[in-house]
Amino acid sequence: MAAQQESGGSLSAVLSPEEQAGQDRFNQIIADDSRIEPRDWMPEAYRKTLTRQMSQHAHSEIIGMQPEANWITRAPSLKRKAILMAKVQDEAGHGLYLYSGTETLGTPRDVLNEQLMTGKAKYSSIFNYPARSWADMGAIGWLVDGAAIANQVPLCRASYGPYGRAMVRICKEESFHQRQGFEILLELANGTEAQKKMAQDAINRFYAPSLMMFGPPDSDSPNSGQSTAWKIKRFSNDELRQRFVGMIAEQVKVLGLTLPDPELRFDAETGTWIHMELDWVEFKAVIAGNGPCNAQRLQRRRDAHNEGAWVREAAAAYAAKMARKTEVA
Amino acid sequence: MSAHDIDHSLDSFGDSTASATRVTPGNALRPEDIAIAQDKPSEQVAEYALRLGDDALILAQRLSHWISRGPEIEEDIALGNIALDQLGHARSFLSYAAKAWDKTEDDLAYWREEEEFRSLHIVEQPNGDFGVTIVRQLIISIYQHLLYTALLESSDETIAAISAKAVKEVDYHRDHAIAWTLRLGLGTEESARRMRHALDILWPYVGEMFEDEELHTALGDVAVAPSSLRAAWDEEFTAVLKDAELELPTVPFAMARGRRGEHSEHLGFILAEMQVLARKHPGATW
Repeated sequence: MAAQQESGGSLSAVLSPEEQAGQDRFNQIIADDSRIEPRDWMPEAYRKTLTRQMSQHAHSEIIGMQPEANWITRAPSLKRKAILMAKVQDEAGHGLYLYSGTETLGTPRDVLNEQLMTGKAKYSSIFNYPARSWADMGAIGWLVDGAAIANQVPLCRASYGPYGRAMVRICKEESFHQRQGFEILLELANGTEAQKKMAQDAINRFYAPSLMMFGPPDSDSPNSGQSTAWKIKRFSNDELRQRFVGMIAEQVKVLGLTLPDPELRFDAETGTWIHMELDWVEFKAVIAGNGPCNAQRLQRRRDAHNEGAWVREAAAAYAAKMARKTEVA
Repeated sequence: MSAHDIDHSLDSFGDSTASATRVTPGNALRPEDIAIAQDKPSEQVAEYALRLGDDALILAQRLSHWISRGPEIEEDIALGNIALDQLGHARSFLSYAAKAWDKTEDDLAYWREEEEFRSLHIVEQPNGDFGVTIVRQLIISIYQHLLYTALLESSDETIAAISAKAVKEVDYHRDHAIAWTLRLGLGTEESARRMRHALDILWPYVGEMFEDEELHTALGDVAVAPSSLRAAWDEEFTAVLKDAELELPTVPFAMARGRRGEHSEHLGFILAEMQVLARKHPGATW
């Protein structure tokens, strides 16, 4: 009994023999660069960190559908409409996939969804900015999905098996998303003056928020150290941001457009890209709920959930009836 | 760095054309293929293709609104997928029709006026709640399944080929609609009430689906006379309702003449939204 109570108090410094064995095995798996699987023993803090990170990622996919869904009905060609629909649908799929992955850590989807709707859980703050023009579909694909890929490719090797495997599949689709975004911008950049202007304006608005997607600077990233030790995280926020900004600095030349960053340059001496100071005060304000669309995004999610309540209840009642019928038969 | 290099560098992230929910067989007929193929339809065949294409296009436009608003994420995906299939069918039929007038699918979708559309009133009806959307899907998917099955025998090869692809997808749409009709019809008192309401508000537009036009006679075995689908549709639809413990509505059919360009009041809004951006930039490519 004592041992069981002990294991409930997960952060207790004193481990039971079973827990000690679990911890040793966990440490070995991490050291071997192997994978932790759902049934393996894992420290509560590891479970908690992953639940937070994976569910935030899932929420970001689900909320991220909204700014793009906003343009499906107005897409300017049928081909673009089809591509955008497929893309937003992929995001729903990613969300589902990640919720399922998170459930393997012991928290059901209902609870995760509740956390999202009550504002307790966070999602990527970039989706709290509005998608005001068609060019935003390009900028979101190129910059936002591009930043997501830079973040997520290393996560394919995350120590938690279900997360790493989910990321492999998600990254494949994200690369298609990034390409379609780039194509949208390329077409606009080679189009009329008004189209070019629309493209540049979208890049101007999404550049800084996309760089902020990598999270606060390393000097101000409280969770990074432990995540790195657990091999969830493989590169620091600043390293990934670096890599990304270098990539888009080259790609923007193909578009014949510019990044709104007068300080952007490659420093040959350190071999790194220097970019402008980002507005972390705004970043924190948007995360805290003050972004232009926070209220709208959450309300839309709550509305969809509440308006669908009778449908879910009916489906559950029907399933129960069918189960009883099978029993009787 | 060229655009090609970018494509190449993005390739390194994986199969860049892969998509979670979209299965596109390698040799499936695509709208782009239809647009460049040699065969040009007669104006009458094009008029017929317009009818098929417009129904699918307006339905896709309606259904796509559900993406990010469904009762479950699974339904965002399902309704999104159905919308995407319908849009695919629309693009194929419109690409084909467009050739008769040396136009493109986008010319037809974005630059026709309301009275030039040939869609049925049923596809123009608002989504309503999930129950209304499901009843609309049940009505249309059974209809389209019968129609495309019959069109497999069309003497027009392109229409037969598009139908061959469409019928497989519409088969799934029908399964989806039937499964939900049963769940909602037999689920709770509330869901059954909503389904009865949905049937009442959509039933008036069922009659139009089966009205023959001179065009059908003129086209002979290119087309399928809508009235020829009625008996099979009635039988199938009634059987589903019976299983779901729902009854056929008794409300009368409305005079609906979408095929003549006389549309519901809804179509103007649908087109205003769909066409607004394209029309702001005449001559632009996207």
